[in-house]
Amino acid sequence: MQQPELTLTEHRPFQTQRKDTWWVQPMAVFLGLGLFIVYATFRVFEGNHFIHGPYLTPFYSPLLFIPKHFPELFGPESDTVRHALNHSVFRSTMPSWIPGIITPAVLILWAPLGFRFTCYYYRGAYYKAFWADPPSCTVSEPRKGYRGEHSFPLVVQNIHRYFLYVAIVIVGILAYDVWKALWFDVNGETKFGIGIGTIILAGNVVLLGGYTFGCHSLRHLVGGVVDLLSKAPIRRNMYNCISCLNQRHMLWAWMSLCWVGLSDFYVRTIAVTGWQDYITF
Amino acid sequence: MEKATFRIWRGDANEAQYVDYETEVSEGMVVLDAVHRIQAEQANDLAVRWNCKAGKCGSCSAEVNGNPKLLCMTRLNDLPLDQPVTVEPMRAFPIIKDLVTDVSWNFKVKEKMKPFTPRPPDEEDGTWRMEQEDIDHIQEFRKCIECFLCQDVCHVLREHDLHDEFIGPRFFVYAASLEMHPIDTENRLEELKNQDGIGYCNITKCCTKVCPEHITITDNAIIPLKERVVDQFYDPIKRLFRVFSS
Repeated sequence: MQQPELTLTEHRPFQTQRKDTWWVQPMAVFLGLGLFIVYATFRVFEGNHFIHGPYLTPFYSPLLFIPKHFPELFGPESDTVRHALNHSVFRSTMPSWIPGIITPAVLILWAPLGFRFTCYYYRGAYYKAFWADPPSCTVSEPRKGYRGEHSFPLVVQNIHRYFLYVAIVIVGILAYDVWKALWFDVNGETKFGIGIGTIILAGNVVLLGGYTFGCHSLRHLVGGVVDLLSKAPIRRNMYNCISCLNQRHMLWAWMSLCWVGLSDFYVRTIAVTGWQDYITF
Repeated sequence: MEKATFRIWRGDANEAQYVDYETEVSEGMVVLDAVHRIQAEQANDLAVRWNCKAGKCGSCSAEVNGNPKLLCMTRLNDLPLDQPVTVEPMRAFPIIKDLVTDVSWNFKVKEKMKPFTPRPPDEEDGTWRMEQEDIDHIQEFRKCIECFLCQDVCHVLREHDLHDEFIGPRFFVYAASLEMHPIDTENRLEELKNQDGIGYCNITKCCTKVCPEHITITDNAIIPLKERVVDQFYDPIKRLFRVFSS
């Protein structure tokens, strides 16, 4: 039986002979990243509910300044302001010349978001999910022209290693935040303890560390740049460790993304409701 | 005996169509077996390129249900046989006839690449000394059987037809095997950036997914080469460091 069909060189948008559910993965990436972008945008510009006791949400860490309205809202001597000042790098409120729309998160979140935006894994994933470039392997694209990362604007993706340098510093700062989240005020005394929030923030550091230290650029910088790794044993060992993490880079990327959102949601929830989470003393 | 329908692309570059063939299938058969049975019993003029039937010669590359595959390694019990199995030639290359494509472009690309250029021999007898772990680093790339499925699946070639500006995943693997070789002295980064079009790769990882030899093409060859190109051409600190160190 003969069946006239398309020629092989003719491309119609989303045309494919694949019989599997090829659209599920790009759709899941679209929904997952889309949900995170919407939530993160809301939280970045909310400018509030980012600290509770010693817990500071990773969306606002490092906290350079505390918001201008904090002393007025909570009282200059309140626990919230005291903890916020303790976390603040400059230990002061936001300078008056900075417009009100600029929250403490706006000042710092460009770095981790830039790191993820230029990440080799995410690039491949969002090119498919958001640009259909291609929608999936062997599925036709809805456009004819293509420049890839060969020229502007996407050639800028090569900046990734500079975001990596900042991301490594931020992982260190988040680890210091976990240390601070081990010390609670009890009847005017500072006591050591482990709260649910402490565990969540510590999990965030572990997952972000797994993602950051499995980065393709880091892998290259520590060992990939060298052809004779046998003559550089320290580099070789670091390269092997990073390669080990790098093999599951996608998994680390998604786990860390979900966990950082969960960490923020937890801190916001207890900040809004005033719940006291379980703490071991 | 169970029967299955195969929808096979028949024709040449000028005129072609899908033709359905129903044939008997049995346990353990691969798509190439079915194509051979159809060729023997129903379509003596059906053109299909094949050789080893063991997944090592890379001759029988084609597309099965839209996925680039070696026909000899695609088992029928992995396919839904309740609907026609589509068998087509690779879309990234010109069609000669039926399932046979002209892959000679690949060999022309390889000819243009800078060849292996070893340092002077380490010993008087003209041999070199290498550490096993340094050569292990690139051993994975030597598994390539040049089936060109990675070239076929790459949307830069199959969809955008940038054959003049982009050499494709197969030759990034080849370039990586030379660039990372412990005794090679040649620098291919300028060619990779300007003539070979490594910047066109947008890391879809489709090439890695279809590789029958399971070479980690994107993570171990293309991205490391992209990073070396960044070192050489885009990283201002590295450039400054090179100026002072030279």
